[in-house]
Amino acid sequence: MGSGGLIIMAEDTCMVDLARFFLDFTQEESCGKCPPCRVGTTVMLDMLNRIVEGKGEEGDLEKLEELGQNIKAASLCGLGQTAPNPVLSTMRYFREEYEEHVYGKKCRSGVCAALFQYYIIPDKCKRCGICAKKCPVQCISGDRNTPYVIDQDPCIKCGVCMESCPFDAIIKH
Amino acid sequence: MLNVTIDGQRVQVKEGTTILEACQLLDVEIPTLCYLKHLAPEGSCRMCVVEVKGARDLKVSCATECTDGMEVITMNERIYAWRRFIVEMLLADHHIDCFACSDTGQCKLYQYALDYGISEPRFKVEPRDWEKDETNRFFDYDPHKCILCRRCVRVCNNLQVNHTLNLNGRGIDTVVGMPFNELFIDSNCVSCGNCVSVCPTGALATKSSKHYRSWEVTKTRTTCSYCAVGCQMDLVIKKGKVVGVEPADGHSNRGLLCVKGKFAYKFINHPDRLTTPLIRRNGQFEAASWDEALDYVAENLKRIKEESGPDAIAGFSSSRTTNEDNYAFMKMMRGAIGTNSVDNCARV
Repeated sequence: MGSGGLIIMAEDTCMVDLARFFLDFTQEESCGKCPPCRVGTTVMLDMLNRIVEGKGEEGDLEKLEELGQNIKAASLCGLGQTAPNPVLSTMRYFREEYEEHVYGKKCRSGVCAALFQYYIIPDKCKRCGICAKKCPVQCISGDRNTPYVIDQDPCIKCGVCMESCPFDAIIKH
Repeated sequence: MLNVTIDGQRVQVKEGTTILEACQLLDVEIPTLCYLKHLAPEGSCRMCVVEVKGARDLKVSCATECTDGMEVITMNERIYAWRRFIVEMLLADHHIDCFACSDTGQCKLYQYALDYGISEPRFKVEPRDWEKDETNRFFDYDPHKCILCRRCVRVCNNLQVNHTLNLNGRGIDTVVGMPFNELFIDSNCVSCGNCVSVCPTGALATKSSKHYRSWEVTKTRTTCSYCAVGCQMDLVIKKGKVVGVEPADGHSNRGLLCVKGKFAYKFINHPDRLTTPLIRRNGQFEAASWDEALDYVAENLKRIKEESGPDAIAGFSSSRTTNEDNYAFMKMMRGAIGTNSVDNCARV
């Protein structure tokens, strides 16, 4: 991840979001002296931000790779020369996650808020109402007779409902 | 001496010569943005890269010294792709305003975009909320057109040594400006205009540059007439009128000018400028020919000398004239008139 260190992550880490996080750090740390690092990391970060917001476009992945290689080659110091590494190495080993984000608009790890929804499985829901009570934006409705459902528009994807459900009836989808 | 081969041409250079300087000896063109001849290499723009045989990475030619037996290639696919990437990055963070930009025709970024085949930039960085600074009387500053080559900052601090311009912010928010984000009018700027002269884009542009395009003008090398330093400069001439001044790399000025040399040229075509001698007759100035005026002066100087002696006459000459003229004037006052009362405003 740039420094050559090893980071161990669980399966619920989104590789795209992880790369975005690291690039966010290096973009912030760029001193601004040479154009490849100053502008290049910003352009890459903008692109990754779009991708995790579900606004990725066809061709973005190729551009990311091209930018990454060029920034590595052309930057003045070690920061720019290693800044794209997290993106390039996650793209090399987890390319299918990037493709899911860009083409399928899905985040399999349920990290990128724009790319997944919380969903109550009606058959598993025992209609206890705990999720609706805990929901900070009151977007879960239902009663003893009707299964609870989540209104997706106001949902802020905080995950409190899933954590609080005693019957594991709520999943990320 | 070191033997260097550049694109197959052999050249001998002194120790300490950079690859870029060796290329200049052979007239091999290398694109540069941050390079300034009279300052230590900056190496930040990354445009001037070349391939050195045996080296893994491309080398920045302005900051790499030649070694004996070095073999340099100045253009191949790898170098082209590298330079193209740099121009693409600079264009991504540049206000592309070429139709309304006074630098059109001489902008280096524009030239390199053409050279490296970029008609439309693929990337765009969101513009920051920087304000244009039009408070200086002679030039305007638009930070959105700045490519951060830092030539202005280095000229201001290391050659003019006025320490007005510096870099504010960091990373993508880096911007050339004054300490505490002052405006030019409030800063210690002396309006020497050397930052404007070295700016490769339209970020720093003289107010008058809106009125001429680079292909409409001719340049005439001359010596600045304001003081005795003898700065070399190019008068920019459009249709017989001086519309601007650019510094030349003369022995005494090394590519610099002061506010007078750079901006005070408008008297040349000013309607109030005297173009014939005037003689005061009956309290009124009347236009006269040079012969008439010189006869008048000679006649009266002679008369005063005969009536009151040579010390009744004093001579004061202008520093706007050449050293030779001033010398001749001093000789005339001492030899022909016979007085030591002679002075020049540049003496102080």
